Amino acid sequence: MPAEFYYGVEVFLNGLMAGVMYSLVALGFVLIFKASGIFNYAQGIMALFAAMTLVGFQEGQIPFAHLINAVFGTEVHHFGWTMPAFFAILFALGVMLLFAFLVEKLILKHLVNQEPIILFMATIGLAYFMEGFGDLMWGSNVKKLDIGIPQGGNFWIEENTAFLGGADFYGFYLDTLDIYATVIAAVLVTSLVLFSQYTKTGRALRAVADDHQAALSVGISLRSIWVIVWGIAGFVALVAGIMWGSKSGVQFSLSLIALKALPVLMLGGFTSIPGAIIGGLIIGVGEKMFEFLIGAPLLGGATENWFAYMLALVFLVFRPQGLFGEKIIERV
Amino acid sequence: MSRKTAKTDTKDSYVTADGRTIGPAVMEMQNITLRFGGVIAIQDISFDIREGEVRAIIGPNGAGKSSMLNVINGFYHPQEGQILYKGEVRKPLKPYEIAHQGIARTFQNIALFKGMSTLDNIMTGRLTHMKTGMLSQALWWGRAQKEEVENRAFVERIIDFLEIQSIRKVPVGRLPYGLQKRVELGRALAAEPSLLLLDEPMAGMNVEEKEDMSRFILDVNEEFGTTIALIEHDMSVVMDLADRVVVMDYGKKIGDGTPDEVRSNQAVIDAYLGVSHD
Repeated sequence: MPAEFYYGVEVFLNGLMAGVMYSLVALGFVLIFKASGIFNYAQGIMALFAAMTLVGFQEGQIPFAHLINAVFGTEVHHFGWTMPAFFAILFALGVMLLFAFLVEKLILKHLVNQEPIILFMATIGLAYFMEGFGDLMWGSNVKKLDIGIPQGGNFWIEENTAFLGGADFYGFYLDTLDIYATVIAAVLVTSLVLFSQYTKTGRALRAVADDHQAALSVGISLRSIWVIVWGIAGFVALVAGIMWGSKSGVQFSLSLIALKALPVLMLGGFTSIPGAIIGGLIIGVGEKMFEFLIGAPLLGGATENWFAYMLALVFLVFRPQGLFGEKIIERV
Repeated sequence: MSRKTAKTDTKDSYVTADGRTIGPAVMEMQNITLRFGGVIAIQDISFDIREGEVRAIIGPNGAGKSSMLNVINGFYHPQEGQILYKGEVRKPLKPYEIAHQGIARTFQNIALFKGMSTLDNIMTGRLTHMKTGMLSQALWWGRAQKEEVENRAFVERIIDFLEIQSIRKVPVGRLPYGLQKRVELGRALAAEPSLLLLDEPMAGMNVEEKEDMSRFILDVNEEFGTTIALIEHDMSVVMDLADRVVVMDYGKKIGDGTPDEVRSNQAVIDAYLGVSHD
């Protein structure tokens, strides 16, 4: 086999791992959309906010330091301690669960039985609020997120695959962080699926997703389910925030990964967890392979920016409900 | 078999001709009035449902039957009147809280969880009997696991009882109408309700399906002693099923008693049965 073939394989593998990262974000959307029919515009900001909170705890930042300094004329920034990553993650998770509780208490509770578009607007408001609130709480500077996951090319894989392609091939270049992300995402998705299939709460979540009235009649409280769903979505946002934050730093652009989740959702369907995974993988592999095979040699490169959206558009024409979405059949 | 010998004049228990024990009232509706804006859906209606009986609510379209069921179930809250449940005045509760009090129901236009299998649908009916916390469920640990297994066993008994073993794993959205109705009954039964509400259980069924459903309703009542309140259009079916019948018309109660009494009530005949040919 020529070296080019193995470079292709390398691109494919990297695409798969990039796809996993997209899937992580898309998953947060699907969870909330399934359970409450809300397209949560704030999912990207939630990931950013979770990552900021994590870094804040880790570095012992004082929340609202700028505000405190401005009002009281003080000059405080840090508590002066650093927190181990494990505890910082636990605290950040606690904050995301509190956030879920507040979202239900302050917003969703008052919008029961409203049109989806109203709820969508509410999440837009929520997104902008959180954007400002996050900056106010933790500052708007670019932060480095490091919870101890190694980064950079994995030498072991590189050395042990170098023999494959002869003298011109130096082994697969795979980022260790991406490998970690893949494993973590796999564990996360598996446990989510098991939880929703084999536990009481999971069954209640699916029930609410299907029929609100019937769910009420068997004794499910919609409001507590919404808290749980937003809590899980907050947890997924935290995981996505950690992975993307470790990769490219914690800054505003982190929230824009939500835009990459959109084509994933169109492909996979808004209501399917497996769809979010497969959709993410297809987009990840698709855009990397397209760039490698067609984009770079023929179109002058930089096709990764638009390829996902174009693929989603093609899908919308031929299969509007996505690969795994429920087909909408209207009985006449 | 005579199911038409109920006594209405006593608070005490009695035994029917076919050997079922009918207890005192489990639910009493007292002077219930329900309005939607200017429309009066239910006007000053009182009746009771006794423990162990099959109580039917009948009436022409728009008589307010479904509204009445929704009042019992907590989807609607009446503006006037009070509801006594197990001897105590019931506060205006949310539907899910009422479910936890032991009132289960089915819906006129089937409200199943269409994406879920028959088994999972019926399992949701057990939710009110499952108490373990989120964490132990998430870890599938100790009590949560035991609870899941026990409830699964109970659900299997219901599946046997309703003769739906073969569709256990099928997503209910794919089932024919009659079977969906049966699954919905199963879900309500899984809650082991003190009071089972059935909203038009035979609507839209063919003769065979209706006979099956009637049989299941009678079996549920006889074998489990479940108190059942049902709404039905099909007069002939109701007369064979019910111990006592409430007749509604234009939101008012126009008759109440055993099927025989109701049949011979002139107001009921005029409003609902049409002119008698006897």
